[in-house]
Amino acid sequence: MSGLQIDKLSMRFDLPNGSSVQALKDVSLDLKAGELLSVLGPSGCGKTTLLNIVAGFLAPTEGKIILNGHTVTGPAAERGMVFQQGALFEWMSVRENVGFGPSMKGMPKAEKAKIVNHLLDVVGLQDFKEKAVYELSGGMQQRVALARCLANEPDVILMDEPLGALDALTREKMQGLVLKLWKETGKTIILITHSVEEALLLGERLLVMAPRPGRIHTEYRLPFAEMGVGQDLREVKKHPKFNETREEILGMIWDMEEEIMGRTEDA
Amino acid sequence: MELLGNLWAELLAVLTTLVAAAPYVIGYILIILLMMVIWGGVKRLLTPKSDYSSLKTVTFGDESAVTSNTAASVVSIVLIFVLWGAFTGSKLLPGFMHAPGPFSGEGSFSYTITTPTGETDDATVSVIVHPTGEEVDAPDVAPGDGIAKNDATAIAVYRSELLRVDRNDELGRDEETFVTAVNGQAIAPGGSVDVDFGRVAMSDKGTLNIVPDTGVQMEPIWLPSPEAVWSRLGEIATVGYRNSTLAEHLGYSLFRVIVGFILGALVGIPLGYAMGLSNWFRGWFDPIVEFMRPVPPLALIPLVIIWAGIGEVGKIILLFLAALWIMAIAARSGVSGVRISKVHAAYSLGASKWQIMRHVIIPNSLPEIFTGARVAMGVCWGTVVAAELVAAEKGAGMMIMVASKFQSTDIVLMGIILIGIIGFSIDMLMRQAEKWLVPWKGKG
Repeated sequence: MSGLQIDKLSMRFDLPNGSSVQALKDVSLDLKAGELLSVLGPSGCGKTTLLNIVAGFLAPTEGKIILNGHTVTGPAAERGMVFQQGALFEWMSVRENVGFGPSMKGMPKAEKAKIVNHLLDVVGLQDFKEKAVYELSGGMQQRVALARCLANEPDVILMDEPLGALDALTREKMQGLVLKLWKETGKTIILITHSVEEALLLGERLLVMAPRPGRIHTEYRLPFAEMGVGQDLREVKKHPKFNETREEILGMIWDMEEEIMGRTEDA
Repeated sequence: MELLGNLWAELLAVLTTLVAAAPYVIGYILIILLMMVIWGGVKRLLTPKSDYSSLKTVTFGDESAVTSNTAASVVSIVLIFVLWGAFTGSKLLPGFMHAPGPFSGEGSFSYTITTPTGETDDATVSVIVHPTGEEVDAPDVAPGDGIAKNDATAIAVYRSELLRVDRNDELGRDEETFVTAVNGQAIAPGGSVDVDFGRVAMSDKGTLNIVPDTGVQMEPIWLPSPEAVWSRLGEIATVGYRNSTLAEHLGYSLFRVIVGFILGALVGIPLGYAMGLSNWFRGWFDPIVEFMRPVPPLALIPLVIIWAGIGEVGKIILLFLAALWIMAIAARSGVSGVRISKVHAAYSLGASKWQIMRHVIIPNSLPEIFTGARVAMGVCWGTVVAAELVAAEKGAGMMIMVASKFQSTDIVLMGIILIGIIGFSIDMLMRQAEKWLVPWKGKG
């Protein structure tokens, strides 16, 4: 059985004062190999918790994650992660950062160099390979992070707001790059974002989550990611269905936010 | 209550000293401002007004517009040497820059005695003021006629002399005959008269006290001139002091610092890592480290002497302890400071625990460890000098302590300057090493 199954996942944090927070409740999801899933929701809906459980950094209180037929118990190279920022190793050059995974496996140098060179070509950083990562701009650093993740040949790529800290123009370019990489490598990708537009552009499937307790609210299947491959993303955004879906999701999230505000005012 | 009274008196003494020093401080500040105005004028003539920071209109409060002015640094250091030379009569400075020096040479004054019957007679006192260290005899003078006879004396500069001028007179104080005037000006016990080479005062018993002018220069015993310190440096570098050459004294001090620091780092860094990585180790060592850290290493000197004596072992134990806690705390905070996303990233790239230690935690903690090492080296250098002041057979601190007991101020001054230069060089070396070895510092 290939693909990623999320099976009735629940997560409860017990606080020191005796109360507890239900971060996730009964989240179930079936993801086929090569699917691109974006996850959206107001803050506090448990989307980062969900990603951390899939990555293996947290153990769920109930339920389990099954990848390619076996249960996930901790972090492993089969599930690569791309963080928002600051997760690159600043004591290594761009080349060493990208080659980190293969180095840890003890891959022979020549083979590693081939992989690193190929990926630097893909993300367009061949000229910067001997630079220190802190000499690069934010967008370039995220390209390094993507390449570093891909160099390890993971089955699933988990992205935790990878473009969140970039300026609008760089972000748009990077969205195109993510789509290109998805199509070329055929990896399963889960992408968490705050931006509705980004979720629409980069989600074959889109999950809107609701808070308190964190749960799946609505799921969409969208054509935009497929349309966006190799095309100007601005053209995709002009599609009437795009705007319609965006308004629908925004309305949904506004309702959730209002509900939360109301609840805190009552309390 | 008595304690409070005593402390209040001490505080008053301190404040009095401060008030007395105030004119000099104000004078120094005026020099700084004067130089600033002069330099400002020179600079306006030399450079066109077009670089980025001179085009800024808001500079007061803009931290980035404030950089260290090299000219000010140079002038400040030159001024220290000029003041030092001026107030010690240095031969390196032209004579007109010297502060008024002490009187040296020949002088004389006359005194008048009055007998009980009202008779008066004059006599002359010849004075030779000679440099310290020279053996000079009082000049031969003819006694002259009359009741009062002429006198002569030799006085070293900065010294004064009580002279019973009436000891060779025909009538003295035993015969109720007293000195009543100096250079024709009346004088009484407790009073004084200015003469051309200084001052003549009269003690309560009627003896004349000859005080040649001391000027405002410093006596070499308080502050030797720069060239005296320099020549003493050459002498101690070649001949040595207390059976050891300068290189030996400094070499021993450096040896203690380096060995003590290296041992402290070898134990402290792994200890810090253990505290940063394991609850149990942190719990175990936190109370010990947190208690020992605020104890100044100097306070351990007596205990170390009791336990290990004044030899090398004791000194190195002391420096080991001085470096240990600093390095342990630096390594601990280096480990705690690793961003969790870096560790997570490394795990999801397939790294093992050992690989995370080797490729993430250690490199991430190096900047902190270097900062700690800089602090530790500074503390060790200070501690070794202090420990040598207390007890040592060789070392920079021992050298200046022994010299001070023999009032060899030139050696003390030379030692202090060398200790400063070495401390500064150590810090510079550590900074340079930091730049080469951890270029990613502060870039994470």
